[in-house]
Amino acid sequence: MKRCLRFFFLTVALSAIVILRADTDSEVSARKDALELAGAFGNDGFKIRDGHSCGVLKPHDHVLIGVNLYAGNQYWFSAGTAEPLKKVALAVYDETGKRMSTENFSEGDKAAAGFEPENSGQYFVSVDSVEDQEGSFCLVYSYK
Amino acid sequence: MIRLVALATLASVAAISTAAAEEGQHLSSDQMAKAVKSDTITVPTPGELFAALSKAGKINWSAQYRAPIPVTYANRAQIALNLGGLIADGFIAVEAKDGQQVKNIGSDIMKLGKSLGVSEQLLSRGNSINEFAETNQWDTLQEELEATQNEVKSSMQSHADQDLVILVTLGGWIRGTQVVTGAIMKNYNETAAKVLREPALVHFMQSKLNAISPELRQEPLVKDVSEQLTGIEKLVTFPEGKVPTQEDVKKLNEAVGKLMTKIESKDSPK
Repeated sequence: MKRCLRFFFLTVALSAIVILRADTDSEVSARKDALELAGAFGNDGFKIRDGHSCGVLKPHDHVLIGVNLYAGNQYWFSAGTAEPLKKVALAVYDETGKRMSTENFSEGDKAAAGFEPENSGQYFVSVDSVEDQEGSFCLVYSYK
Repeated sequence: MIRLVALATLASVAAISTAAAEEGQHLSSDQMAKAVKSDTITVPTPGELFAALSKAGKINWSAQYRAPIPVTYANRAQIALNLGGLIADGFIAVEAKDGQQVKNIGSDIMKLGKSLGVSEQLLSRGNSINEFAETNQWDTLQEELEATQNEVKSSMQSHADQDLVILVTLGGWIRGTQVVTGAIMKNYNETAAKVLREPALVHFMQSKLNAISPELRQEPLVKDVSEQLTGIEKLVTFPEGKVPTQEDVKKLNEAVGKLMTKIESKDSPK
């Protein structure tokens, strides 16, 4: 039952339009991948935040996304991609621009970074295209 | 399907590695200034704030309830601010695992939503909230509240009420901060107080508020909230590593409490 509900909510999350512009088909596909990966961390008690950031990455380029995190919480940032973009890497930086140590996970076209902030405040998640392809990505995050 | 994916991913846990911060990897001010920021990912939900607070010790969440607020405001900006506050109240009731309180707040959210013309979309959410509250599905309820908040905002955007979205966000943050500072004051500890460092978040909300239509910005309550927010930004600004003192927490609690009183008052200037 609980699994069914989780699936239901993931479906709702996928279908909800909560940003100013409509996502493209490839961004929806990337979001599905990101949510699937984030769902795996749910087994460890992480809750998926109902929100996302999607966009297009150029070859060997990166996109920075501003987030506000709380000391005491643990976070997993999960990214999915859509063809032709196949591989991304995630990194987390603090408000001074310093790169933070993270737990990194990568499998196929999905990647995740785990982070536990010592200080509350603003951080930046960098989604990097590590190959020569351009394409859509989507970032979601979970916390506990 | 999700379960299979989850299992497959967990089977690959060995693939998780630690990425130490590498020398020379530093963002420039210009890069950080250009970072993407949006309501849906840059502003944490009340649930995230409460989760962080809970790590610092046991919280008496039901002691944070407030008396029911009016649900018959005439001013749309005031409704939006109170809708955000009510959603934060819903998160508090979920933390308290109080099904009846969740249902009561859910009902008030529907009433306020109706006065903004978003009741049809919210009706099914209201039914779900009642069902999950009756069956004590707390994690699911939290997800439902987040979805409700996003649905309210989405509905506002589709009704050309996008300027009200930031007011819902702001109302939720103000109420959440009132609750958190109240709880920390009752049982101060440094770990809990660390969650109150949020200068960039308040700055972001202030910048969104500055971008709404001049007509809405000139409404007395909105103008008041905006002016107070400037002072509140200073109260949540601490150097990295500095923990807010008991006095800092008290000052912030007073500031957000004063603002919350104005937001929920039927006598507030419209």
